[in-house]
Amino acid sequence: METTWFALVALMLTAYVVLDGFDIGAGILHLYVARTDAERRLVLRTIGPVWDGNEVWLLAAGGTLYFAFPLLYASSFSGFYLPLTIVLWLLVLRAIGIEFRMHLDMAVWRSLFDGLFAFSSILLAIFFGAALGNVVRGVPLGANGYFFEPLWTNWRVGPEPGILDWYTVLTGVVALVSLSIHGAHYVALKTEGAVSRRCMRVARLLWPALVGITIISLIATVYIHPTVLSNYRQHPASLLIPLLVIAALAWMPLALRRGDLKAAFLATSVYLVAMLVGAAVALYPTLLPASTNPAHTLTIYNTATGHYSLRLGLIWWSFGMLIAIGYFVFVYRMFRGKVAIEGDDHGY
Amino acid sequence: MDSALLVHRLHFAFTITFHYLFPQLTMGLAPLIVVLKSLALRTGNAHYNDAARFWAKVFGINFVLGVVTGIPMEFQFGTNWAHFSRLTGGVIAQPIVMEGVFSFFLESAFLGLFLFGEKRLSPRGHWWAAFAVFVGSWLSGFFIIAANAWMQHPVAYQRMADGSFQVTSFWGVLLNPWALLQYAHNMSGAVITGAFVMSAVGAFYLLEHRHQEHARIFVRIGVIAGVIFSILQLFPTGDLHGKYLARHQPAALASMEALWETQSGAPMVFIGQPDVQRRRIDNPVQVNRALSFLIYGTFGAEVKGLNAYPEEDWPQNIPLLYYSYHIMAGLGTVFIAVMLVAAFLLWRRRLFDSRWMLWVLMLCLPFPYIANTAGWMTSELGRQPWLVYGLLRTSVGYSQTVSAGNAWFTLLGYMGLYTVLAIFFVFLIGRVIAQGPEAALRNRKGAPVTAPEVSH
Repeated sequence: METTWFALVALMLTAYVVLDGFDIGAGILHLYVARTDAERRLVLRTIGPVWDGNEVWLLAAGGTLYFAFPLLYASSFSGFYLPLTIVLWLLVLRAIGIEFRMHLDMAVWRSLFDGLFAFSSILLAIFFGAALGNVVRGVPLGANGYFFEPLWTNWRVGPEPGILDWYTVLTGVVALVSLSIHGAHYVALKTEGAVSRRCMRVARLLWPALVGITIISLIATVYIHPTVLSNYRQHPASLLIPLLVIAALAWMPLALRRGDLKAAFLATSVYLVAMLVGAAVALYPTLLPASTNPAHTLTIYNTATGHYSLRLGLIWWSFGMLIAIGYFVFVYRMFRGKVAIEGDDHGY
Repeated sequence: MDSALLVHRLHFAFTITFHYLFPQLTMGLAPLIVVLKSLALRTGNAHYNDAARFWAKVFGINFVLGVVTGIPMEFQFGTNWAHFSRLTGGVIAQPIVMEGVFSFFLESAFLGLFLFGEKRLSPRGHWWAAFAVFVGSWLSGFFIIAANAWMQHPVAYQRMADGSFQVTSFWGVLLNPWALLQYAHNMSGAVITGAFVMSAVGAFYLLEHRHQEHARIFVRIGVIAGVIFSILQLFPTGDLHGKYLARHQPAALASMEALWETQSGAPMVFIGQPDVQRRRIDNPVQVNRALSFLIYGTFGAEVKGLNAYPEEDWPQNIPLLYYSYHIMAGLGTVFIAVMLVAAFLLWRRRLFDSRWMLWVLMLCLPFPYIANTAGWMTSELGRQPWLVYGLLRTSVGYSQTVSAGNAWFTLLGYMGLYTVLAIFFVFLIGRVIAQGPEAALRNRKGAPVTAPEVSH
């Protein structure tokens, strides 16, 4: 039962990263790929009807974590107090960056919100990547299951690390680069003309960087935490996951060269899924490793809620998720196809 | 009080108070927009559709603010109230996840369609989008109230050896009688906000002699909804909620009325200042035996005073609780009076020419916000000193690892951020109102609004 919920939380976070990832990616590239006001509205229109729904996955995943593993939720949210609060502020800024821009036709107003949107999207990508880096690297958990991390210490990976050290900055950059390409593929797919071409160029230019940093981050992970390989050793079938990462990486430029943007978008989606599932497999059954004393590590067993709740939750959760997926299919179908420069039934 | 505890409490109080300014309007407007859409479908009168579109614009801006200030709320349980979350996650996380899974997805999916998909949908399809947004926002309110109601009145739980709570009945938590009462009272309060805002904007246009066709629709619907829900707010929802409160949180009730001594035939104080040190009420204006009657139905019934409980179980801020409650109840009474007079004038077909009444309706705009905020404060201060009433004290629930300094830093950050949001919000809503319902259609295309529109 705990394992099922571990998989469900991982699934929801993965859905969040793949879905909100492309609209964050659109935000990262926004100022560069869209130069005129019409182009910027075009980029916003590609994500306008869906970004809010995509972000709900984060809320639902956070809530599910609270529900299934209350101790982990309590410990990690209070331990990551400062960065998490900053993430919340960035989410606020990003939302108003998208939503307020359309309300006033003034150059300063629009530039302000364009800037806000790009700024918050870039920082969010780095923070999310760094957060995952923290979870993989481990935090200074006490015997009571709690910890508190400052934003940074001496940038070294040690028993008393800060949120940011060389390893978590590295994972932050992985997130930044991969979400940029993911967003570039999405915007390229949903638009035509100059914006689409610039997106493809960005995707092509960033690709070698993504390959390089993916390899470096995988090596770094094994270097700081050799135990991450134990699950892979025990279950050789799981080695398919890194193969999938490599396949997805190889697929991106091939799809782009053929002009098959759907395939390119699919490739970055597969890349993100494989990276996250890979991290989840490496962690399982640990949820948050302790950097101080391995005995304090939080696992799915010492943080889970009661079995009655978990069993019951599975019923309504599955029911709710099926409906939610129905909405998603419906909305994406309603807004399918490319958005045009002068489309008029969308407010962005 | 411990300084870290104080700042964590201020943190929550500030963020939730600011947050709740927005959903109360969206939850209140959503059904009124459905009414406008239904009238548009039935009568074929385009004014109703313009009116719905205008309010959808107001709704949209409020919704964004509600979402962005709501996201921090969900995470604050973990960031600032870690020990509470750890112990109660087994119960209250259930309605909180249900809110995400059952209502946020619904709202986010259909709001986009409702706001931007009117041309892609048939009129009936657009009605359904409005209806789905209404259902989503009301479901969302229900799940949050169910979580809060469990803290007010814990039911269907089991205490484990480590002090944590586990749910024993799924429906028990969702159908907590407290939740049902609080929900009815709360949603009726939200509709009052929607109704007053709608009639205030209509009254403003009528006084300005602008957009008169639309303004009459706003005032008419606002007043009809306002009179119905102002009365429902007192009876039965407020009345039943008060009786339930007297039974299950008697110390809270005694503090709300500043009733120090247990007595038969307890009076109801309308005005007066509670003096905690001397355990009395200064300058009271009261109706004798009224409280006993309201709660127990007989004038002679005994009502427990604060002296019946140990002082450490008293709510910590009795004067604030007392004033919040009296402001809520007092304004509630004013709402009934205002809306009854307005409804009478509407019925006699004199409302639209009665300038003094339109002034009153316009100036009433802020009061439902004050009343709803005071209502929340009454409920939350009354629960003190408990996080989970009678079971878990507030003083042990906060995040021990987060120092007062860090909590101050984020509180000040929120204050700054929310001040900026408030400025943008007032500015944008002011513009929507200045442009008026006829502009709602044109402006959606992003085209500049023409000058005469603004400078009337």
